[in-house]
Amino acid sequence: MSEGLKGQASEAEIARYRALKQQGDAAPARLHSEGDAQLATPRTISGEKILWRETIVGGGQMSRIVRAGQVLRLVNSSGKSTPALIALNADLPSERLNTGDTAKIQWNAYLGKGKLIYSEMGRVLFSIVEDTCGYHDMIAGASTAASVAARYPEDVYRTNARDNFVLALGKFGYGRREVVPCISFFTGIDVVEGSKLKWLGDVSKPGDFVDLRAEMNVLVALSNTAHPFDARGSEDAIDALVWQGPPAAPDDPSRTSCEEAQRAFINTDDFLIQIGARA
Amino acid sequence: MSKTVLDIVHPARLSWSHPLGKGQRLRIVDLEGCQAVDTLLYNADDPVERYDLQQTIQAQRAIFVTTGTRLMSNEGRALAVISDDTVGNHDTLGGACSAESNTVRFGLEKRHLHSCRDNFLHAYVSNGLGKDDIVGNINFFMNVPVEQNGHLAIVDGVSRAGSYVEIEAQMNIVVMISNCPQINNPCNGFNPTPIRLTIFDR
Repeated sequence: MSEGLKGQASEAEIARYRALKQQGDAAPARLHSEGDAQLATPRTISGEKILWRETIVGGGQMSRIVRAGQVLRLVNSSGKSTPALIALNADLPSERLNTGDTAKIQWNAYLGKGKLIYSEMGRVLFSIVEDTCGYHDMIAGASTAASVAARYPEDVYRTNARDNFVLALGKFGYGRREVVPCISFFTGIDVVEGSKLKWLGDVSKPGDFVDLRAEMNVLVALSNTAHPFDARGSEDAIDALVWQGPPAAPDDPSRTSCEEAQRAFINTDDFLIQIGARA
Repeated sequence: MSKTVLDIVHPARLSWSHPLGKGQRLRIVDLEGCQAVDTLLYNADDPVERYDLQQTIQAQRAIFVTTGTRLMSNEGRALAVISDDTVGNHDTLGGACSAESNTVRFGLEKRHLHSCRDNFLHAYVSNGLGKDDIVGNINFFMNVPVEQNGHLAIVDGVSRAGSYVEIEAQMNIVVMISNCPQINNPCNGFNPTPIRLTIFDR
């Protein structure tokens, strides 16, 4: 578990509380701390502006709306993290990530650059526009309270993906009902001998990243917890950021790679028209 | 000798739902062969606890379900166990067909065809559930092999006339079935057919 989730304040945290209290008591205007200033520093990717960035501690969770055209980048900083993600249509939250349709429509159970991430409504939540790893699992799922209790019976503070998702979506007023089967990034799971699952071990290197371009306004929930088949069990921090990607051209490969993709984007564009996000 | 509490022939293409008490068994018979039966399970007392394909796969570290497989919930508990099976592999990955996915897979004009998700939605209204409760399901008698490179396709089923699968409830559950109406791929041999549903008391 990361330092941030140990539950015991460090000397630095106690000192920071005292400093903030002193400022609040004395000064009318609160200044940005050094940490805040770092977050606010404008930075870019490929000349495009980074809108948000956060380090998500091992065992932690995050939820956020990624607007259509923005790109969510997940960085596997240590190479050993296996963040799990679910996604909802932010404008119509009954529409959600559907791993079955994502596999079935693309005739493949594995994800990688150029693949689309589908909802159950025949529409595209995300296009995978960059991927330096190539191993992402949507077959074996993520941890639950039951699986973590079985694996770490002594560690009552260890988090699990399902409860993290409930927490992350709870911030937006949703709950257990909205937690659906997920995608675990930077995780290699193969189907062998026709049916059995094999964990492929270290498939990711430090700094690997995946770029997910939102094709509608997407509410993402992310749990930075260990994949249940990951023998390492490590939970290192990852970096997540959202940047304003370049507008997708009509001949964008995500849209034109196959006729299924073309039809899915017809459906997706039609939804954007319905909510007034596209003329 | 276990008592039979229900024994019906269920028509092609239609949905069905029924409670199954802890210890009761439901047998689904593929009467004519190669008929996908899309199935979802719910905790009868708390239907937000429901069948979860990934937890089921995770619990047995394999994608096909057969005799002995525990059908797991999103909370990591067994809703039911497969107590008998004459087929040997049933699909966990493909999920249900829908009007919307049919438009993407087969053509925009396919939206008006009959589909499993529409069947579920129709059945759920009378059970106090809604679209939010529909998740990835089991497809009994459907054959979806995954190759080493991840390639996945719905291929001809291996079930024959009279093949059956039986589940035994591990808690009080509600079973939702869509007797799949899909005619655009081989999951029903391009010809949806009736099934027999039998419930045995514990």
